[in-house]
Amino acid sequence: MAAFGATVIRAGRRFLSSLPALFGVLVFTFLLMRVLPGDPAVFFASGPNAGKEEIEVIRKQMGLNKPVPEQLMLYLYDVGSGNLGRSMMTGQLVTKDLRERLPASLELTFTALLIALLSAVPLGVLAALRQGSIIDHGVRFFCALGVCVPTFVSGLLLIYVFYYLLGLAPDPTGRVDIFASLPPRRTGFLLIDFLLAGDFDGWWAAFRQLILPALSMALFVVAPLARITRASMLVSLGSDFVRTARSVGLPWWRVVVTYALRNAILPVITIAGIVFSTMLGANVLVEKVFSWPGVASYALDALLSSDYAPVQGFVLLMATVFVIVNLLVDILYGIADPRVTIG
Amino acid sequence: MTSSLLALSDLHVTFSTRRGLVEAVRGVTLTLGEGEMLGLVGESGSGKSVTGFAITRLLDAAGRITAGDIRFRGQDITRISAGDFRHLHGAAMAMIFQNPRAALNPIRAVGDQIADAITAHKRMPRGEARAQALELLRAVQIRDPEKRMAAYPHELSGGMCQRVMIAMAISCNPALLIADEPTTGLDVTTQKVVMDLLTGIAAERGMATILITHDLGLAARYCRRVVVMEQGRLVEEAEPKTLFRAPQHRYTKRLVAASPTANSRIADLVPEEERGRRIAMQVAPRPRPAPGTPPLLEVQKLAKRFDQGAPAVADFSMMISAGESVGLVGESGSGKSTTSRIICRLIDPSEGEIAFEGQSIGHIPARDFHRSPFRRDIQIVFQDPNDSLNPRFTAFDCIAHPLLRLGGMRAGDALRERVEECAQRVGLEIELLTRFPHQLSGGQKARVGIARAIACRPRLLVLDEPTAALDVSVQAVVLQLLDRLRREDNLAFLFVSHDLNVVRMMCDRTIVLQNGRIVEQGESRAMFDNPKTAYTRELVEAVPHIEPELAEFAT
Repeated sequence: MAAFGATVIRAGRRFLSSLPALFGVLVFTFLLMRVLPGDPAVFFASGPNAGKEEIEVIRKQMGLNKPVPEQLMLYLYDVGSGNLGRSMMTGQLVTKDLRERLPASLELTFTALLIALLSAVPLGVLAALRQGSIIDHGVRFFCALGVCVPTFVSGLLLIYVFYYLLGLAPDPTGRVDIFASLPPRRTGFLLIDFLLAGDFDGWWAAFRQLILPALSMALFVVAPLARITRASMLVSLGSDFVRTARSVGLPWWRVVVTYALRNAILPVITIAGIVFSTMLGANVLVEKVFSWPGVASYALDALLSSDYAPVQGFVLLMATVFVIVNLLVDILYGIADPRVTIG
Repeated sequence: MTSSLLALSDLHVTFSTRRGLVEAVRGVTLTLGEGEMLGLVGESGSGKSVTGFAITRLLDAAGRITAGDIRFRGQDITRISAGDFRHLHGAAMAMIFQNPRAALNPIRAVGDQIADAITAHKRMPRGEARAQALELLRAVQIRDPEKRMAAYPHELSGGMCQRVMIAMAISCNPALLIADEPTTGLDVTTQKVVMDLLTGIAAERGMATILITHDLGLAARYCRRVVVMEQGRLVEEAEPKTLFRAPQHRYTKRLVAASPTANSRIADLVPEEERGRRIAMQVAPRPRPAPGTPPLLEVQKLAKRFDQGAPAVADFSMMISAGESVGLVGESGSGKSTTSRIICRLIDPSEGEIAFEGQSIGHIPARDFHRSPFRRDIQIVFQDPNDSLNPRFTAFDCIAHPLLRLGGMRAGDALRERVEECAQRVGLEIELLTRFPHQLSGGQKARVGIARAIACRPRLLVLDEPTAALDVSVQAVVLQLLDRLRREDNLAFLFVSHDLNVVRMMCDRTIVLQNGRIVEQGESRAMFDNPKTAYTRELVEAVPHIEPELAEFAT
């Protein structure tokens, strides 16, 4: 229990120490958006022929006529009071937009990470156990392939094979069939909401929509995870304590799983945290290909139309997610490795 | 012979490496009776550990038994399947390893690890296995066994980890126990306790034991029969007494001579026939310093506290005069390394004064000391010859580095001459200067480290366990070299070591440290022959001596 307490304290300290970084991200994106070319007032004016007066009115309405430091102070005040501004594109509050779209992205990313881990760890272990064999080279080839093929290409390939050729997958158009009824929104994660509503047909439909985009994302990140698993498994298998385990005659699976793998998994946890954060932000291509209503495609659309508020909100959200994921990794690490609590 | 438990006949083990096949064991034949304790002695590369791993089939993937057989209870175990061998592991034969902390799973409680070893061979509920594990912890005399069940290896000391390892090894009462350097890296007092425990348990349970060690004294103290290995072959087999009194083989003779004992002198470390080629150097006796000159080094009331807890060093005062050699001994955690590092100004003291030839150097921060003119006068030889050399520097660069940085020399002929002169003085062949550290042997690396330290002609050399990582025969040569350099240059030594026999030979005076405080100091031989404090006596008694009678015989 004392170890658990220490982990919580460590996590709390870590969180506090990351607050300045979050603030920095906030200011930086604000300034960056002001430096980027393009005038939002022009973009949001009624048409290309809008007069100077009309644009000026919009500028005033958006507060763009004030000096930049004052804009920054206003922005910080708003963020502090939980207001991320209004998206000119959707006409809604950014917080509301993000809250609607974030679960879609998270659901996709979580599933993809789960698939990636479930395939990468066994592959890495297998490659390490049969180092230099056909299996090892096969895994390496597969990993290289996964990294080389961009996600939108693998996504399109998957759609071509499973939707167009085989007809196994549903239309790649978002999270659910347009005509399907949505479950009552509780968590925003469709798979969970359907389960809570007891609607198993709906769950299956949502699952079928999810699996292809998740697969194409997973393919991309299997490689780093499998490589790390293999490398740390090799170290672990060659270590003195595995030799000890063999010397007292432990069964093979016990040596591999309880002794070697449990030690080898530690760096995999770290990498998985980094991979998760990267995936969440970088899966815009997959979201586009599968018309997935996630935060990344939302932010891209906003950026293209010089809509400041959503982009700033998105960057802040990503930074927060990154901090939280790192915290989680820290806590998991503390549970998995009793040594870190003293360090 | 039917009564023997284990019989190796003409065993060959080969490793496939990048440079081709290497024969590590070339034809070893030996037998071991039930309950017998056999010492297997040799230096690194002699194949002693490989023999042990071949018996228990724990060789690296690259190693293979290429010829010969190993009969265990009459059955040739080189031919049985891996699955059958698993039932022998732990149940019939077990091993104890060199580095106990690394040999235990770092993220599993030690009680669970022992229970794992039990349930590997006996079906029983987890609770019962844990109860048996607790009994075993008691058997290996771990204090508070109930509490230690849930401890992780990093929470235990090295000696405690080795006890846990012993508990695991004996958990299923194997008939054969192979202990591979079980106490290397442990303090002398811990070494004695662990070895006494191990031999006690083996005798009590009738386990045959093979003690693999580089330490002749240890083998002599605990084994009835000792086998000496050199380059994969058995060279001699005898009772310890005969082995040490009248070694037959040339290699054994060298090994026995090189092993420092209570009475050995530096000159004796290399046998007579090999000593002949070096003409005894006549060095004029040290000139007495003129009265009134300050001592070379004077330390007053030195103290060092790290963040919290007890001070690492407290109230430490000492003096070294020019050309004198002072030993600093103590167990790990006694503060001897901290003290030596403060004196050579690598870390800052919390309190106290350090004066070099009457000038205070203690106030210069350690990070700026490299700019002080005294940096040239105080140089260091580090413990690990592998890690203390830059892997990207050739031997030449290593030795030239201080000359460039401290000696103010520039690259050119003068520098090359100076480096070559240093290399010659430490007995390093000039051809080796272009090599990188990984292309040099342990002894050669130690010479590079010494050459680097003397390059700027210092007056005080701090030696932090300079031979701890070396084989005894290499240690003998390095110790002789150090002693010669000291006489030639009138160098003063601060010699930090855990090996009392080495300190006794090398040092005029010795200081014994315990928990950061000086417990005793005095003229080395007199102090060790007649220790005044209990702690020093304990240290002296823990040192495995080859033979007390032999010592008398030699004098």
